[in-house]
Amino acid sequence: MDLSYSDAEKAFRKEVRQFLDQNLPDDLRDKVRRGKDLGKEGHERWHRILNERGWLAPNWPKKFGGAEWNAVQRHIFEEEAAAASAPRIVPFGLSMLAPVLQKFGSKAQQDHWLPRILSGEDWWCQGYSEPGAGSDLASLKTTAVKEGGHYVVNGQKTWTTLGQHANMIFCLVRTDSAVKQQEGISFLLIDMNSPGVEVRPIVLLDGGAEVNEVWLTDVKVPLENLVGEENKGWTYAKYLLTHERTNIAGVGFSQAGLAAVKRIAAAEMANGRPLIENPHFAARVAQIEIDLMAMATTNLRMISRAAAGTAPGVESSMLKVKGTIIRQAINDLARRAGGVYAMPFASEALEGANDMVPDPLSAGPVAAQYFNNRKLSIFGGSNEIQRSIIAKESLRGGA
Amino acid sequence: MNFELTQERQMLQDSLQRYLRDKYTTETRNAILQSEAGMSEEIWQQLADLGVIAALFAEEQGGFGGAGFDLAVVFEALGRAGVVEPFMETAILAGGLIARLGNPAQQDLLDRLMAGGLQLAFAHGEPTGRYDLTHVATTAHAQDDTILLTGRKAVVFNAERADMLVVSARESGAVDDPEGLSLFLVPKDTPGLGIQGYALLAGGRAAEVTLEQVRLGAQARLGAPGQAAEAITAQIAAACVAQTAETLGAMETACALTKDYLMTRKQFGRPIGSFQALAHRMSDVLIEMEQARSAVINAAGHLEAAPAQRERFVSAAKNLIGRVGRLVAEESIQLHGGIAMTQEYELAHIAKRIVMADHRFGDVDHHLERFIAFSAA
Ligand SMILES: Cc1cc2nc3c(=O)[nH]c(=O)nc-3n(C[C@H](O)[C@H](O)[C@H](O)COP(=O)(O)OP(=O)(O)OC[C@H]3O[C@@H](n4cnc5c(N)ncnc54)[C@H](O)[C@@H]3O)c2cc1C
Repeated sequence: MDLSYSDAEKAFRKEVRQFLDQNLPDDLRDKVRRGKDLGKEGHERWHRILNERGWLAPNWPKKFGGAEWNAVQRHIFEEEAAAASAPRIVPFGLSMLAPVLQKFGSKAQQDHWLPRILSGEDWWCQGYSEPGAGSDLASLKTTAVKEGGHYVVNGQKTWTTLGQHANMIFCLVRTDSAVKQQEGISFLLIDMNSPGVEVRPIVLLDGGAEVNEVWLTDVKVPLENLVGEENKGWTYAKYLLTHERTNIAGVGFSQAGLAAVKRIAAAEMANGRPLIENPHFAARVAQIEIDLMAMATTNLRMISRAAAGTAPGVESSMLKVKGTIIRQAINDLARRAGGVYAMPFASEALEGANDMVPDPLSAGPVAAQYFNNRKLSIFGGSNEIQRSIIAKESLRGGA
Repeated sequence: MNFELTQERQMLQDSLQRYLRDKYTTETRNAILQSEAGMSEEIWQQLADLGVIAALFAEEQGGFGGAGFDLAVVFEALGRAGVVEPFMETAILAGGLIARLGNPAQQDLLDRLMAGGLQLAFAHGEPTGRYDLTHVATTAHAQDDTILLTGRKAVVFNAERADMLVVSARESGAVDDPEGLSLFLVPKDTPGLGIQGYALLAGGRAAEVTLEQVRLGAQARLGAPGQAAEAITAQIAAACVAQTAETLGAMETACALTKDYLMTRKQFGRPIGSFQALAHRMSDVLIEMEQARSAVINAAGHLEAAPAQRERFVSAAKNLIGRVGRLVAEESIQLHGGIAMTQEYELAHIAKRIVMADHRFGDVDHHLERFIAFSAA
């Protein structure tokens, strides 16, 4: 047991910090700090900057152009990136699709798609959920029928995050309706510019437009866009989900969020003193900080165990549940700290147009973020589904 | 003890609920939210015609209600429908202060107000005041027959639409001194009055209000110079009763939507409400809802009590509703899953009303501290 970082790890942290210092554009840093939309261009710019340094794909093997970092390195990077207010990396191509292609894709698929993910030529989105298939994903109804050298796809996907920016979508589709649900699903790569693909935005409760409905009507998909074998898609999807949940604890985000709470509470006055000195508020902050300190170590313990060869299962479910509880609690604190100035709807249109509207906290839309992040416990396998997984695994055999 | 509503109140509640159910649909309300004005003049007038505003005033003020339970009945119904029209600002806050302190000429405004022909705002809180009721740095300098107001007011609801603002300002004393506070009626076109408006996350509009040498006649003052603190506290107490009732109404809607959804949404071939993990959480929410209703009843029933007792119950209700409101909003969203995250769905607006209510008139912690203070006294 040794909780201190090695010299090599310390040097790595320094290197990361220096890189962020020199390469993170001010406008992007500012947008992240203020909780603003980066836009497609902003995300792409940051991806390009990381890719040039070779740090865009921390968990990819070197032979595919990844950094192949170990758990501690990834943790250090996440911490530093969040602390510097670097944009999050859009995960759909990099950490969801890529691992599947690397494990189950053909050589031709790997050679074609992986470099395009790194270069940013393709923007991927995830087409799993449907209106009737959320937690019960295996009940999905979108069909793909082989017809004249193509798959013809019909159905509707929903909640497709950033689908408005994407040119490619990886989908789970039904290729056999006669068998058990899980055994008739295939994993298909679909060009969103194909005729018959329609993307409709869904406005979320915070006013943001980050998710979409994707309608698929007689969409022709080349047969070579099938990943792995037909009707084996469920296996690949489950494999992907374990990767979707790496960094699911979001420790870096929580650390940055807590620092923001302290900033807000130092600027906000309550009864003539900074709010951070108010005993009730200070207690709330301390309580979360205590949880977060333990969480950081839980996260490191679990991901190093996984790196040592144990498949992440129960662990990633635990990280997801506790990590999202902590993140949401921090959003809740930021909202409280904002006081009466948490109430305005901080739209982009408001800024600049109205310089009298105060941003005494320069904290951005704290209440909107609180509402938006309710999603954390719903998507990526809801916290209820994760608890079922934990219970199933740990109560097995009455142990 | 009797927990039944009086016949009059029951009738008011029924007609109000019927009207809102028919007229204030999700589509209508969401269109109002998107509109520039952030409110509907038509609905305002129709609700005034139904007697909603008059029900908030006592008979001697020209109304037919005005007690804690009248406020609770009206605002619970408004809350259920997620109404964003500014009844709180116009009637309870500014209107209530005029009724409490105004001279006969000022009181004349109330007839117009109850008929729906007047909109008001209460410009009191300031940028560094957070929830402190007596924190007023805005100054009022009286000289001969004129008064000059200078200062800035934060997040003033309904300021843009208001025909008049009731503005608090200090005639003497330190910045958080209860002594020395006065209230003034400021017509909206008074020179030196600046209003910069914006939309609010939970609907409606507010503004930053600046006062630069705003010149008023002495007849603009409400009540005696420097003596307004008591009336402000009493009227904010009424506002807390109204607002906790409103939030309770919104919580009822959140629960109703969630119960329905648990029984109709199917995953894994069965209604999700049949999963015990969800059913038990719904049960906990329903238990807390009963507590919430009791807290509102406690506060409404003590609105006419002596100040120390009144404030203790008001802070208890505000604290409890803040806590349970958050639980209800968060659990309703979680038990729904993704659908609750969409702006179009009724719950989205309702959840925002519930949670953001904790940012007005003091949050959970603020009222916990007040409760401790009033309990020790
Ligand atoms: C902002 C956002 C972004 C998203 N992005 C994407 C995306 O890019 N791509 C994509 O494919 N999907 C995406 N999703 C969809 C997400 O994965 C689903 O919302 C999630 O799977 C839950 O499904 P549902 O919303 O249909 O809720 P439901 O499955 O209907 O669940 C409703 C409630 O029931 C509970 N529940 C369901 N089954 C059980 C059970 N057996 N036991 C106990 N409780 C249960 C759930 O936990 C939840 O509380 C996104 C969702 C959101 C909100």
